[in-house]
Amino acid sequence: MMSFTYARAHDALEAFRLGSAPGAKYLGGGTNLVDLMRETIEQPSTLVDVTGLSSEIEERADGSLLIGAAARNTALASHRAVRTRYPVLARAITAGASAQIRNMATVGGNMLQRTRCSYFYDDAARCNKRSPGQGCDAAEGFNRNHAILGASSSCFATHPSDMCVALAALDAVVHVRGTNGERTLPFAELHRLPDDRPDLDTRLAPGELITAVELPALKDGARSTYRKVRDRASYAFALVSVAAALELDGDRVKEVRIALGGVAHKPWRAAKAEQALRGQPATAENFRAAAAAELADAHPLRDNAFKVELARRTIAAVLDELKEMKA
Amino acid sequence: MSIIINGSPASLPDDPRVSLLDLLREHLHLFGAKKGCDQGACGACTVLVDGERVLSCLTLAVQLEGRSVTTIEGLATAHGLHPLQKAFVEHDGFQCGYCTPGQICSAVGMADEVRRCVPSHATADLTADTISLSHDELRERMSGNLCRCGAYNGIVVAIARTFEEAQP
Repeated sequence: MMSFTYARAHDALEAFRLGSAPGAKYLGGGTNLVDLMRETIEQPSTLVDVTGLSSEIEERADGSLLIGAAARNTALASHRAVRTRYPVLARAITAGASAQIRNMATVGGNMLQRTRCSYFYDDAARCNKRSPGQGCDAAEGFNRNHAILGASSSCFATHPSDMCVALAALDAVVHVRGTNGERTLPFAELHRLPDDRPDLDTRLAPGELITAVELPALKDGARSTYRKVRDRASYAFALVSVAAALELDGDRVKEVRIALGGVAHKPWRAAKAEQALRGQPATAENFRAAAAAELADAHPLRDNAFKVELARRTIAAVLDELKEMKA
Repeated sequence: MSIIINGSPASLPDDPRVSLLDLLREHLHLFGAKKGCDQGACGACTVLVDGERVLSCLTLAVQLEGRSVTTIEGLATAHGLHPLQKAFVEHDGFQCGYCTPGQICSAVGMADEVRRCVPSHATADLTADTISLSHDELRERMSGNLCRCGAYNGIVVAIARTFEEAQP
């Protein structure tokens, strides 16, 4: 690990002042960043510890939830409002990592964790995300875990978070502090597709700090859940995961929100599948057709064609499950 | 700048690169917590910080100013081993023993999480106000601690016996 200076921020203003200096990075639980620093993939000159900033989970009068970015993953999944009103989020968080890591990891840090593409970690391999312009050894390499949607020829990495897939489905809003004070952005706009700049994971400006994430109220009667398919039953990254919320009007789909994990450079909102379902009868046949519509754009690599069918089936199975679930 | 380790104050390192695991092992010569993978994959370095289980290999010691750390060395008392330590001996909860301190610290933290109704991937009803430590819950909640000897059957029995008996 390269040497760095450590500073503990006491409020968001101080954090931003320290964190906007060149070479500075924000430190949450460290579960990803400390590892990346040990591998010298990340080499910050200053770490600004933001774990002392707001970790409050505030239930607001309009039914929304405001979550301080320093809240630990465990605290968020355990919060009564999350367990009862946003089960998709509690399920997504508990599907991720191990209990020890969930106790450490912050909500802000979870959003900003980096891909676990093995070529990104291996400095003997070429990687455009680690060293822009170098090339991508995943393209012709062992790419079973890689992206099938939204990739570019420069990067096939996937976003590793489970929590973020739920946030994508929930239309979360990210609160950010930057040069001009606070701003908000839709969660869907936080992460980028790789295009020709896979080194940039997000649309945050240098030094910008995530201070909170806001969950709009989920409609009464909306059912939600998260399903993760992985190589072993626990403590593994997703091959494919699905976060979904379904609101029925009789036998028809009134509103549906679907996001996919393990398939793209960012949590993938399945807008085509949603569009195909709104107002339509909530039948298994329509669920399968909607899933197929979403995956029509998939471009699998040598080793991951199985993900296309796996994603189709998982979407359909989750929608079937939500339809049968008691509201 | 200080930290409490097993009830006694210790100095935090000047170099912020020092992990909690290296502080324990290299600076304080507490060799219970093990360096297995040093990258958050194996759980052998698990300790308790203010009662919560964490991975000491990925924790920078400097972040823990004023916090209280319990390692395997801090679980036994003058009256003898912690009940879970006794249960590991009684039920063959190990073979080589390398993962054992992490397993035991992790299970102590886990039992507290169950008491506090922290959900897991195996929790069927997220709205319930109590969680019972079923076989599936126990195995899911301990999945962050690997045992290369495969002593899992003994580990599961030792943990189940200890904390089932502790339940009211």
